[in-house]
Amino acid sequence: MKQFQYVRPATQQAVLTALVQPGTKIIAGGSNLVDLMKHRVMEPDKLVDINKLPLRAITPAKSGLHIGALALNSQVADNQQVITMFPLLSQALNAGASAQLRNMATVGGNMMQRTRCTYFYDVAMPCNKRNPGSGCGALAGFNRMHAIFGTSDKCIAVHPSDMAVALAALDATVIIAGRKGERRLPFTDFHRLPGNTPQFDNHLASGELITAVEIPNNNFAKHSYYLKVRDRASYAFALISAAVALDIDNGTIKGARLAMGGVAHKPWRLTAAEKALVGKPATLASFEQAAQVAMQDAKAYKHNAFKLKLAPATLIEALKHAAGIA
Amino acid sequence: MEDLHNGTWPDENDQPQDNPRRNFLKQSSLLTAVALTPAVAVKAAENHLDEKVAAVFEKLPVNVTVNGVKHNLSIEPRVTLLDMLREQLHLTGSKKGCDYGQCGACTVHVDGQRVNSCLTLGMMVDGKKVTTIEGLAKGDTLHPMQEAFIKHDGFQCGYCTPGQIMSAVACVREGHAGSEAEIREYMSGNICRCGAYPNIVNAIQEVKNGGQAV
Repeated sequence: MKQFQYVRPATQQAVLTALVQPGTKIIAGGSNLVDLMKHRVMEPDKLVDINKLPLRAITPAKSGLHIGALALNSQVADNQQVITMFPLLSQALNAGASAQLRNMATVGGNMMQRTRCTYFYDVAMPCNKRNPGSGCGALAGFNRMHAIFGTSDKCIAVHPSDMAVALAALDATVIIAGRKGERRLPFTDFHRLPGNTPQFDNHLASGELITAVEIPNNNFAKHSYYLKVRDRASYAFALISAAVALDIDNGTIKGARLAMGGVAHKPWRLTAAEKALVGKPATLASFEQAAQVAMQDAKAYKHNAFKLKLAPATLIEALKHAAGIA
Repeated sequence: MEDLHNGTWPDENDQPQDNPRRNFLKQSSLLTAVALTPAVAVKAAENHLDEKVAAVFEKLPVNVTVNGVKHNLSIEPRVTLLDMLREQLHLTGSKKGCDYGQCGACTVHVDGQRVNSCLTLGMMVDGKKVTTIEGLAKGDTLHPMQEAFIKHDGFQCGYCTPGQIMSAVACVREGHAGSEAEIREYMSGNICRCGAYPNIVNAIQEVKNGGQAV
């Protein structure tokens, strides 16, 4: 690992001041950043440890739940309010990483984790995300794990988070602090598509700090489900995952929230498929139709064509579980 | 918080030092360090980087309690908790398997929570309590999980075992050892190349069902 400076400021103001220096990165849990630094994929000159900031609490918000950016993944997954109000989030968190890593990883850090694309991780390979302009190794390379939605000819990597898929489905908001004050961003607008600038994973500006996410109250707790399909039973990244939440009244779907993981550069919200479900009976036929809508813009590469079948199948299976007809 | 510190603790200086291989490794690492340091410093000085030399070799203080013993250490920020335990405190029970958080051989408890010490910076345990596999037994009395691993043959080569046991203790304490399926899910961060999984699950179930304090 390259040498770096390390500071541990006690206040948010001091963190924001420390972030002004170029080459500075925030460290919270470190479970992805330290890994990337060991691989020399990221080589910050200075780390700002934010663990002294009081951003760990999970508290009721005006109409929902406020989750501090430093809340640990295990802490959120096991939180009784989260389990009661948003079981989808708890399920998604428990589907990610291992028990050890969930004790280290924070909510903010989970959002900021980088893709596990092998070409991004191997510094001997071309990668427009790691080294803009060097090309995309995955495009004509081994791309079994890669995206089927929203890709560009510069990058076909996927975002690796499970938590983020649930937060995208749950209409969460990201609260961001900067030197000029606080701003709020819909969770679905936080991560970016690769376009011509895959080096940017999200819209957090340099010098900014995620302080919390907020989830609004909803009627989905009774009928939600997170289904993750992977190469082994546990502790692996998603081939496909689906976060689904339904509001069912007397067998009719009044509202739906759907998102998929393992398919795009960001958690992939399926708004057209959601609309297709509203007013329909909560039956297999409705789910199959919605899955067809969901897949309309999908595009496969040499090794990931299986995702064109696995994605709708995963979505349908998750919907069946959520509706209680699995 | 863990309640592991009410027994008598071996001082770190009482660790057995008679392992020839370990001593050889320690001596050769030291020689390597002596051989390398001046060259790096000289090269940096030649490049008129005098100030940077000072910054590069800057060590920061870490005050940490490991297995009940307080230590005031001085480390480079890039030193991981695993390397700090193994190289500075000579607690070599925590193993360096993959060194990338994928195998779990380095699992230790920080303030009672199991973590991968290979992905934890030493600086980040400042002011905290760390328990390693060396801190589980009370004197000559093994921890119930250690006894159960022996009884159920929960290992073959043994390399992953310290991490498995630390993780297993946490798994029971967290309340995630309710069934075989739950144990397998919550132990998935510990890989065993020899495939001792069924015996590991049996060991954990025995400790859980035995109701002993872990």
